[in-house]
Amino acid sequence: MARWAIAIHGGAGVDPNLPEHRQEEAKRVLARCLQVGVDLLRAGATALDVVEAVVRELETDPCFNSGRGSALTRAGTVEMEASIMDGRGRRCGAVSGVSTVKNPVSLARRVMDKSPHSYLAFDGAEHFAREQGLEVVDNSYFITEENVSMLKLAKEANSILFDYRIPLAGADTCSALAAAVEGHGSNGMVMNGLPISIYAPETVGCAVVDSNGFTAAATSTGGLMNKMTGRIGDSPLIGAGTYACGHCAVSCTGEGEAIIRSTLARDVAAVMEYKGLPLQEAVDFCVKERLDEGFAGLIAVSGTGEVAYGFNCTGMFRGCASEDGFMEVGIWE
Amino acid sequence: EEEPGRADPTVPTIELLQGGAGGWTIELVAGADRPMGWAIALHGGAGDIPRTLPPERREPRLATLRRCLDLGAAALRAGRSALDVVELVVRELEDCPHFNAGKGSVLTSDGTVEMEASVMDGTDMRCGAVSGLSTVVNPISLARLVMDKTPHIYLAFDGAEAFARDQGVEIRDQSHFITEENIERLRNAKEANRVQIDYTQYNYTQPIQAPNDDDNSRTGTVGCVAVDASGGLASATSTGGLVNKMAGRVGDTPVIGAGTYANALCAVSTTGKGEDIIRHTVARDVVAVMEHRGLPLEEAAARVVAGVPRGSVGLVAVSAAGEVTMAYNTTGMFRACATEDGHSEVAIWPA
Repeated sequence: MARWAIAIHGGAGVDPNLPEHRQEEAKRVLARCLQVGVDLLRAGATALDVVEAVVRELETDPCFNSGRGSALTRAGTVEMEASIMDGRGRRCGAVSGVSTVKNPVSLARRVMDKSPHSYLAFDGAEHFAREQGLEVVDNSYFITEENVSMLKLAKEANSILFDYRIPLAGADTCSALAAAVEGHGSNGMVMNGLPISIYAPETVGCAVVDSNGFTAAATSTGGLMNKMTGRIGDSPLIGAGTYACGHCAVSCTGEGEAIIRSTLARDVAAVMEYKGLPLQEAVDFCVKERLDEGFAGLIAVSGTGEVAYGFNCTGMFRGCASEDGFMEVGIWE
Repeated sequence: EEEPGRADPTVPTIELLQGGAGGWTIELVAGADRPMGWAIALHGGAGDIPRTLPPERREPRLATLRRCLDLGAAALRAGRSALDVVELVVRELEDCPHFNAGKGSVLTSDGTVEMEASVMDGTDMRCGAVSGLSTVVNPISLARLVMDKTPHIYLAFDGAEAFARDQGVEIRDQSHFITEENIERLRNAKEANRVQIDYTQYNYTQPIQAPNDDDNSRTGTVGCVAVDASGGLASATSTGGLVNKMAGRVGDTPVIGAGTYANALCAVSTTGKGEDIIRHTVARDVVAVMEHRGLPLEEAAARVVAGVPRGSVGLVAVSAAGEVTMAYNTTGMFRACATEDGHSEVAIWPA
């Protein structure tokens, strides 16, 4: 009899100076979303239904970088992407360039279930969403004031990073900006070209194995703050940000380039499949050996009910629970 | 160290040494001299290519494959990098209207062209990809520019088109890419779908069919892999996608690990049914099987291809040791390869 397990994340690459109240808020949201998944699993829901439901919760809450609360493109708009994979049969669905669909992960699922394709993007994806009757809203729904400010800082940081001696125009002593300059100068923690204090941990995700031993994974994001319009990251790419098969289900987060070139999600499963490593060892191996200079994290569950996570950067918002009663949320190592 | 099954001691080979904690290292064991030989392989699409394919549909493609093979081999002999070579070969294939890439791309259900491509440099595993292009003459070169000139890996649709103009690459009106052949293919495909609706309960999830397509496969993606004189590897793939695809549909070609992959050990470019190639992470898996199971190139490729539904995939691959394999589980695959020791081949069906 298989045991269920669930892991969720709200992004890797957390500012070590993140204020206490923000940390508490994040943990509350993680705990709430984790509970949604746990309740569904206890009621016998399938892995696929659970990952979709949980990621919908994470998208809807503005706390993390997906759905509402997504990071902004350099044009100040939101372009979201998501993918979902059913470990049973390795069916998959993905979307990119979504700008009005309230829950991108559900659109990804529709692509998988109701279209002859696996991946739809931009106008085609938006059109399909309307055909399918999914809930659509104005792009402004996804934009939070906080991210508007963060975008401004990111734009400045992107130029600061190349010459921190340039005086900051109109520099009010915004603590984040000051920290950014300091971040570049002293502790220097940078992810995806942004100082960690400005970097918005990308992506939310969920990996589940249900009580029948079937796995599923889903990942959703607004992407990189200040990204070029049309930029696609790892989240909608099967094998990079998301993967599920009989052995395990994986969802990744962090520097998209590093995750793509290391095909991180697929590699965890490949190492289990081809080298026979158990889940935690596979996760550790991939995080340690496959990322080189890149920063990323991932969550994973195995077909046999284990749960694992790993990251090589400063923190990953995460939560895990398994049928034996284990349940925790965390941010740091 | 034992090297089982190695007949010719002058042929370079690769050792996979088990490290601690499940890690591995690659050691390149050279033959009589280093550097190792260059090798190149290219494809123009795998699919249900009937042996009855008339000469006028066969010869132009074979001629292009031969020409591209010669171009690529000459560049390798001249010491060009694998990355430069795969790009230049794929550019030629894109420019040829007989393949489903660049000019000659198949059409979406709207009758438009949406091209995609990706490139990966095995020496440092940098990569670049583009999707949703409708005016860029050489998508593979734009993919390379994404890799070389932006902090990103993948740009698509309007953003990619804007970047193309930023970079000043050659653009043409969309009509430049559309051929009579492809207008005909789209018409056939739509007819087939209409027939399906008339006779059966319409099932939206059925694969799009083009039953009277006595031409070649509906997915004549192009690609090239190479290993250069220094042992550097690269892969490039380009396509117009699937006939009658939904606008916005992205296939395996721009997805690193599915359509394209390269590292220090091996470079792979795939063709076939995108949806299957994505879920089976074909390009990555060939290399993963070599890395983790220690299988030689040919066996690894054959094994991965056998694991994907029949009739859905073909690939070309080269290894750092200068080996080449061209594997497919379809009726045929337009393909060509050459190695430094003088072996070369241009073919469609099994020997």
